[in-house]
Amino acid sequence: MSAVATARPGFLARRQRSYFLFIVPALLVVGAVIIFPWLFTLWMSAFDWKIGTTPHFVGLDNYAKLAANTRFHEAVGHTLYFTVLAVIFPLVLGTVAALIFHREFPFRGVLRSIFTMPMMATPVAVALVWTMMFHPQQGVLNYLLSLVGLPPSLWVYSPTLVIPSLVLVEIWHWTPLVMLIVLGGLAALPIEPYESARLDGASEWQLFRYITFPLVAPFIVVAAVIRTIDAIKAFDTIYVISQGGPGTASETINLYLYLQAFAFYNVGNASAVVVVFFALILALAMLLLYVRQRTKWT
Amino acid sequence: MSDDIRDDAADSTRRRLLQAGASALALGAIPGVMSPRAQAQTTFDWKRYKGEPIEVLLVKSPRGDLLTKYHKEFEELTGISVGSEMIPEQQQRQKAVIEFNSGNPSFDVIALSYHVQKRQFAKNNWLTDLRPMLADKAVTDPNLDFNDFAKGGLNYAVEPDGRVNSLPMNLDPWVVYYNKELFDAKNIAYPRTFAEMTDAAAKLNDPGKGVAGFVGRGLKNANVPVWTSFLLGYGGGFVDKNGKLMTDSPEAIEGAKMYALLLSKYGPAGVAGYNWNESQSLFLQGKAAMWLDGIGFAQPLEDPTKSRVVGKVGYGVMPAGPKKQVSALFGDGEGISTYSKRKGPSWYYLQWASNKMNQTRMLQAAAGAPVRNSAYAAAQNSSDFKAPKQWVECMLKSASIAEPGLPVISPVTEFRDTFGIALTNMINGADPATELKKATAEFQPVLDKSEKS
Repeated sequence: MSAVATARPGFLARRQRSYFLFIVPALLVVGAVIIFPWLFTLWMSAFDWKIGTTPHFVGLDNYAKLAANTRFHEAVGHTLYFTVLAVIFPLVLGTVAALIFHREFPFRGVLRSIFTMPMMATPVAVALVWTMMFHPQQGVLNYLLSLVGLPPSLWVYSPTLVIPSLVLVEIWHWTPLVMLIVLGGLAALPIEPYESARLDGASEWQLFRYITFPLVAPFIVVAAVIRTIDAIKAFDTIYVISQGGPGTASETINLYLYLQAFAFYNVGNASAVVVVFFALILALAMLLLYVRQRTKWT
Repeated sequence: MSDDIRDDAADSTRRRLLQAGASALALGAIPGVMSPRAQAQTTFDWKRYKGEPIEVLLVKSPRGDLLTKYHKEFEELTGISVGSEMIPEQQQRQKAVIEFNSGNPSFDVIALSYHVQKRQFAKNNWLTDLRPMLADKAVTDPNLDFNDFAKGGLNYAVEPDGRVNSLPMNLDPWVVYYNKELFDAKNIAYPRTFAEMTDAAAKLNDPGKGVAGFVGRGLKNANVPVWTSFLLGYGGGFVDKNGKLMTDSPEAIEGAKMYALLLSKYGPAGVAGYNWNESQSLFLQGKAAMWLDGIGFAQPLEDPTKSRVVGKVGYGVMPAGPKKQVSALFGDGEGISTYSKRKGPSWYYLQWASNKMNQTRMLQAAAGAPVRNSAYAAAQNSSDFKAPKQWVECMLKSASIAEPGLPVISPVTEFRDTFGIALTNMINGADPATELKKATAEFQPVLDKSEKS
C-alpha cells in the first residue's frame, strides 16, 4: 500500500484527476436527482408493491401484466391520438399566424400581443374556464353553435368527441407559442433570396414553398419538438376537464399512471408504466432529433 | 402511550361496563353507556394538559376552515397549543398514507373520510383505540354523550371488532332534491318508491324544454354512490362474510338497470361526464326535476345570487326500494394517530372538535350536517339559521335510515374506478349485467390481495 501511496502519478493522470474534481458537484446533483431516481424506479418496477404492504420481487411480471392490460393499451392509443392532433394543429395554425404577423399592417403589435395572451394563462385556470364553456346545456360553445344554426355538441361529455375537444383547448392555449417561435425564424431570414426570386417572376406561393418554408423549417421542427414534449406529458388540462372520462375515453398514459401511483398506491405497477412511458418518449425524441438533423440549414 | 392510560383504568367493574359498552357500540346501540357514567364523574379538567402542543392534519373544506377559525378558543380552554395543517382532500389522503407508512407521522390528530379511509386505517392499526380514554372519567368531558350522536355516525366510528378509532363529526346521507314547481305543474307527488321515482322521471322529462327528469353523477368514480343508493334499496350489499363481492348479484344488477335507465333515458345529454357540479348547475337553473346527491347542497340551492329555484326546492328522503328504504351514507370524523406521543391532549382536541357548540356552528355555517342531533335544535333556534325546515327533517330522517354508501374496504378508490367505468359504459348503452360481471371479476382479485396483505 505504501508503495502505491508514495508512487507519484504521471502528469496526465494528475491533470485528469483535477478535471474530475470540477465535475464532481454536477455529477453528484445529476446522480441524486436523475440517475438514482431512475435506477430506483427500475428497481421498484420489479416488485409487486402497494404502499403499506411488503414488497414482493416479481421480476418482469409488472411488464407482462401491462402487455396484457387493454386499459393501458387504450391509454397509449389515447396519448398518441391526443399528441398527434395537439402537435399538428398548433403547428399549422401557428405557422399561418406567424406568416400573417410577419407582414406589415396597422395595429400589428397590439394584435400580436393579444394573440399571445392565451399562452400566459395558468393551465388549470384555462381548463376550468373551458369546462364551463363545454357544458352541453349551459356552455357558451353550444350557444355559439346555435347562433350559426348548428346543432349542439356534447364536446368533452361524449366519448368520441372528448379528445378532439381537449385538443381544441391545447390549440387555443399553445398556438401562440408556435407563432412566436416561427416568427423568430421569419425575422432571421435573409431578404436576398426573395429579391432574386421576385426578379425571376416567382409567385407568392412559390416564394413560400421554395424559400420561406425550407428556411424556416428548422424553427418549425423546434416548435414541433416543444409541442410534442408538452402534448405527450399533458396532464393538468385533461385531469381538470375530463378526468380521463367519460369512462376511460380520454385516459392518457399520464392519467393512468397518476391513478396507479397516487390513487391506488400500486407503486410497482406505476413504476413499470413510467419505464414504458420513458421508452416511448425516448423513441419519439430520437425520431424528432433525426428529423431536426435532416432539416438543418446546410 | 395508550397502554399507560389502560393501566390507569384498571378497574375491573368499569372494564366490564366498558366491554359491554363496546359491544353495544359495535351494534350501533349506544344508549345509556356513556351518560350515566359521565353524569357521575366530577374530576374532568380541561386544563389537565396545559402547555402541551399537538399537531392536527385537517382537510381543506368548510369544516376544516371552521375548526381552524376556533382553534384559539380550544387553546384558551385547555392551554394546549394547536399546530394545524389543512390541505385538499386528495392530497391529505396521500399524505396520510405516506406518513403513516413512515412510522413517524407529523400529526397527532387526523381528519378521516370514513368511506375512503376507515378500513385502510383500521387494518393498518394507524389510529388509537379511544375506548380506554372514553372509560377514564378524568379525561372525558361529561358532555360527550353518545345518545346525542346519530346512529349512522357511530356505526362508522366503531370497528367490527369493537375498537372505537375516531369520533364522527359530519354525516353526508344522500337525498333527492326535487323541483316543486315542475312537480306541481304536472300534478305529480314526490315519489315514495323506486317505481314511482322512475315514473316521475319519465313524466317530468321534457327534452324539448331542456328539462331532465332526473340528474345525477355519470362521471366514473363519482357515479358509484348513485348506483349504490339503488343497490341498497333493492336489498343488495357489497361484500359477503367470505370476502366475496356481491356486486353482480340480481339486486346489484337491478340497481344498475335503474341507474342506467334514469340517467340515459331521463338524464340530460352528456350526463356520462357529469359530476356533482354539473348536476348542481343544471338543477340550479331549474332544468332538472330530481337530483340525487349528498345532503350538503342546500346553501347554493337557496342562494338567490346563484339559484333560480330558491324556495322551490323540495328535500326528499331517498324513496324506498323493493326491499328497503336506505339512504347511502358518507361521513367524516377525527382520530388520534397510533404513533402520537400526545394522546391525552389529542383526545381533548377530539372532544372539543365534536362538542355541541362546534357541531351547531357547522350547521349554522352550512359547513356540513353534524352528527349530533342536538345541533339541529340549537341551530333552528338561532336567528341566522337559514336552511329550510324540510331540509332538517330530511336530514334527520335520512340519517336514521342510512347505511354506508360504499364498501368498507381498503382499495375503495379502485372499487369506485372499476365500477365507475362500468356505470359510465351503461349510460352509453352497455348491458348492466355484463358490465357488472366484468367489473366484479376484475375487482375481486384486487380485494382478495388487499385483505391478504
